[in-house]
Amino acid sequence: MSPAEHHPLPAYARSLGIRYDREEDGIPVLAVDFGASVEGRPQHYHGGATSGLLENAGYAALRVTLEGIGREHQLKPINITVQFLSAGKSKPMYAKGRITKLGRRNANLVVEAWQDDRERPVATAVMNILMGAPAEK
Amino acid sequence: MSELQDFDPAKAAPFMLQHGHSGWLGLRYRDHGTDWVELELPWREDLIGETDRMVLASGPIISLLDMASGLAIWTMVRKFVPIATLDLRVDYQRPARDHASVIGRVECYRNTRSAAFVRGIAHDGDPDNPVAHMAGCFMAINGEVRHVPG
Repeated sequence: MSPAEHHPLPAYARSLGIRYDREEDGIPVLAVDFGASVEGRPQHYHGGATSGLLENAGYAALRVTLEGIGREHQLKPINITVQFLSAGKSKPMYAKGRITKLGRRNANLVVEAWQDDRERPVATAVMNILMGAPAEK
Repeated sequence: MSELQDFDPAKAAPFMLQHGHSGWLGLRYRDHGTDWVELELPWREDLIGETDRMVLASGPIISLLDMASGLAIWTMVRKFVPIATLDLRVDYQRPARDHASVIGRVECYRNTRSAAFVRGIAHDGDPDNPVAHMAGCFMAINGEVRHVPG
């Protein structure tokens, strides 16, 4: 089953236009197309929209990884630090997360967002995510 | 340009917030001082971050604080100058309450020739019980962020 079917993106992400683009090594790559909902100064991404993409890519990477090892948690944000490296231009943006540490109660991730050249990220983020008891269904 | 002098967030913010990402989020101006600005992110169902709780996602809270940061810098230097976010850190203390709007209050506590430093909080009604704390650093894009003599 694809992550899009198994882990629907939160309302905020879908509303902003964030989507699953593809999978690489079992980790989803998220994407967003340029449009009014993500625009800051004219023809450029708003830093908040870029952050939203990074954050969702981080959660997506963690959800898929946890599922792969049979763990179920309710994820909560602890913190995020976003580095804005270059201006996001009026074209699609992609993001993928990498887990740097998977503990019992918390995970540390780095996430990169890019446009044309993957070697020149538009922004990167470091995130700490709390992994609590599963939400009651 | 003389019309850009004496930046007044009470007048400029409603105009600046109606476009693009800020307009999509529905950010609203609330208040300001000499070096701070307060904005509101109204609760909206399509901005929730989880499927099972009616709580605003953390992403829009970053946008709220980023936008309040820019406005706080322009308010402090008293003019609009092109700036870029260098980095932004948000620490989440707790989720916002169900169906609660979130208020972001950011101050520019230091401004140099090339960088401006900001810090702020997000809360859902009680500033003494914040949802999140934020710290950030901004750079001037063209030219410098200058002090404007008072």
